Amino acid sequence: MTALTHLQKLEAESIHIMREVVAETENPVMLYSVGKDSAVMLHLARKAFAPAPPPFPLLHVDTRWKFRAMYTFRDNMAREMGMDLLVHINPEGVEKDINPFTHGSAIHTDVMKTEGLKQALNQYGFDAAFGGARRDEEKSRAKERVFSFRTAQHRWDPKNQRPELWKLYNTRKHKGESIRVFPLSNWTELDIWQYIYLQDIPIVPLYYAAERPVVERDGALIMVDDDRMPLKPGEVPMMRKVRFRTLGCYPLTGAIESQADTLPAIIQEMLLTRTSERQGRVIDHDSAASMEKKKQEGYF
Amino acid sequence: MAHASDMIAGDIEGYLKAHEHKGLLRFITCGSVDDGKSTLIGRLLFESKLLFEDQLAAIKADSKKYGTQGEEMDFALLVDGLAAEREQGITIDVAYRFFSTDKRKFIVADTPGHEQYTRNMVTGASTADAAILMVDARHGILTQTRRHSFLMALIGIRHLVVAINKMDLVDYSKARFDEIVDEYRAFAKQLGLEDMTFIPLSALKGDNVIEHGHHMPWYHGPTLMGYLETVEVDEERLQHTPLRMPVQWVNRPNLDFRGFTGMISSGSVKPGDAIRVQPSGKTSRIKRIYTYEGDLEQAIAGQSVTLLLEDEIDISRGDVISGVDAPAETADQFETTLVWMHDQPLLPGRPYLLKLGTQTVSATVSQVKYQVNVNTLEHTAAKQLDLNGIGVCTLSLSRPVAFDPYKENADTGGYILIDRMTNNTVGAGMLHFALRRSQNIHMQHVDIDKQARGIAKGQKPAVLWFTGLSGAGKSTIANLVEKKLHAAGQHTYLLDGDNVRHGLNRDLGFTDADRVENIRRVAEVARLMADAGLIVLTAFISPFRSERQMARDLMEEGEFIEIFVDTPLDVAEERDPKGLYKKARRGELKNFTGIDSAYEVPESPELHLRAAELSTEEAADAVIALLRERELIACD
Repeated sequence: MTALTHLQKLEAESIHIMREVVAETENPVMLYSVGKDSAVMLHLARKAFAPAPPPFPLLHVDTRWKFRAMYTFRDNMAREMGMDLLVHINPEGVEKDINPFTHGSAIHTDVMKTEGLKQALNQYGFDAAFGGARRDEEKSRAKERVFSFRTAQHRWDPKNQRPELWKLYNTRKHKGESIRVFPLSNWTELDIWQYIYLQDIPIVPLYYAAERPVVERDGALIMVDDDRMPLKPGEVPMMRKVRFRTLGCYPLTGAIESQADTLPAIIQEMLLTRTSERQGRVIDHDSAASMEKKKQEGYF
Repeated sequence: MAHASDMIAGDIEGYLKAHEHKGLLRFITCGSVDDGKSTLIGRLLFESKLLFEDQLAAIKADSKKYGTQGEEMDFALLVDGLAAEREQGITIDVAYRFFSTDKRKFIVADTPGHEQYTRNMVTGASTADAAILMVDARHGILTQTRRHSFLMALIGIRHLVVAINKMDLVDYSKARFDEIVDEYRAFAKQLGLEDMTFIPLSALKGDNVIEHGHHMPWYHGPTLMGYLETVEVDEERLQHTPLRMPVQWVNRPNLDFRGFTGMISSGSVKPGDAIRVQPSGKTSRIKRIYTYEGDLEQAIAGQSVTLLLEDEIDISRGDVISGVDAPAETADQFETTLVWMHDQPLLPGRPYLLKLGTQTVSATVSQVKYQVNVNTLEHTAAKQLDLNGIGVCTLSLSRPVAFDPYKENADTGGYILIDRMTNNTVGAGMLHFALRRSQNIHMQHVDIDKQARGIAKGQKPAVLWFTGLSGAGKSTIANLVEKKLHAAGQHTYLLDGDNVRHGLNRDLGFTDADRVENIRRVAEVARLMADAGLIVLTAFISPFRSERQMARDLMEEGEFIEIFVDTPLDVAEERDPKGLYKKARRGELKNFTGIDSAYEVPESPELHLRAAELSTEEAADAVIALLRERELIACD
């Protein structure tokens, strides 16, 4: 008999986790960020519940500042999967016109993502939410459980996590409490790319290198995705062959110069360039402890 | 070694092809902070070249700030995690790290060596195929080494590497290495550890980690990495054992498709195979192994699949699909080893929820046979288990479950216990064997049932459960209620705390463990009396929610009436009918509810009597009115 490969094992584990959630919680949802990890998570959900479509909706907590290509891709995917897509935008944020340019990345992220997510979870009464976070992404994630509990105020207490033994997940919770579930906990960035390649999973074209209009700002290449982006004096968008290692709000996501326009080339570049992927996210730069703090406050 | 950069650059597709077929090994490292465990993991990550430049830059900066290696890079900082811990220089939980070589991908569970070791190490080890036990060559086998070895044996680690580290500090001495190996072998025999490999190391300098190095030409065994790349993964062993698949979820999208989903925990399965479903014992054959990518010819341990059967038999979540000739056993009473993982101690007799595979049932520990001291391996008598306590216990479940002994299959023999009130995971255990075969025990069937007995008495049986502080007025009110019921021609019985303690529960004291057992017995007696058709009144402080819930669960729906006799502590203490509060205040009475033992207020009692504001007559009338309203007794 043959041993399973690492990807087969990771796949089986993720499917097991998703089925546990569906069997034991009342109202689950899958957080869909439109990125590559979400793409893999969605693909695994399809496998876990086939031939039926996954028995939960997708939720996109939108900030209004995602790349245009992401919106197009998102709507196509939901249609193709036959799943309900819920889009939530923090109405208070809209009212105050919170945006990354005027308010900075910290406030923008807090209001539109962290608060927006809490609002959506409360509004629909979801008691479990799948997220695509991985333990290899960042230090505080390495210790987070697969099933991560949140108080009714959506707070995470890193000192008080339930032990997870064998394949047993304790999903019991009090009224008002919820669980964030991370089926991709044990995947690495390379696993994700390799799986996308092997399984031919569709991803947003922004991951592939192409000529795109960018400006250089604080050492990062920011793509001018629409005309809402205020240009500083002397800034002129130039066409450069770039791609994105992670996707988020376009003003907060740095591009890298690249020639990689196929999946093998992307993986090759990733393995050779040696800069960890969250580098591209402006929100992590403050300090190593910043993500842990955000998570305690309810960020995914 | 590790990632061949040349291949990545020259032939990425070839590289991906090779990487695609890598296996996965999960292992755990144990040993104290000082043994160089973090340094070793840091080095493995570093040597497998999976560190990114920004991470390296951050570590170099951190090395100067927090590091302990002077100007040299402190690999240990790579594996530190949460902010508070970094400042204290310790790790406090289980963290998972990832790296890969040309042959395998690895997931390392890193656990700390301080006081929470038992809980964290057992957690980390539960998913590990192998363990690395770090020993400082200067100090040899310490109490901690023995403790960690015991835990590895307990959790059933099949492959153990004893990494004798810091060989650079003992002049790479073969004699020292041999001495430690001999001592460890002698000790490990008692534990039943079998597959052991000893490797002399210097995690700091790198000898025998990835390559042999020049300092220990006398050592001819594998390097640590060489070992990790070739040791057997547990699933390969499990493939050769009988089929087990705990059913997770029944997929029924339409009338023509009824799939039983789950992860195969042992053995393999093919279409046409005969299977048996436990605990029901029903049999059928596999019709299809469905997956999204098409039907499989065969599925093996470790795969998540959907099975379709030839026959329409009733199967639901929690059932276990077995090979027909070698099915899982079923039982409801076990001998087990239990590891306690919570500040609130294990109390025998208290009902917990048990999750085993995909089955969740109510469970009580009937007895702690003995506790094991992890430092000396001595057995000591125990009435309860505290945080990190390990005990051999007898376990009793509310219904039979399908299981295998833990040493044969961790998935069908390992369980967690969940507190019913807080929902915390409070314990983890390993089933050893069934105490008796459940199939042989059937409830004695009787022709005259509870309903018949109640009708003969012109009433519906009920249990009126009075709870409240000592001196709250429970007995006084219950007594008057009984008088009134008796006068109205009802058949009743009053179980009073003090009276029961003189007889049935004479052997019990007032510790938390004894209080739990006290209430368990009272609840069982009340259930029998209700079964006899009586209206039972109980007057017990019954301070804990869990036990009141247990009593409630024993009775039929609507039969259990919880009456909270709510008298403020100062009023009860003022009354002090038996002089007990005064004694307790003087310290002559320990574990007195309200003084040094907690009373957990009922959250939603059927009746809440604010007893200080009511006369006994009014309180009793309120109880009678509730019984009428619920049609348990007839209206006037």
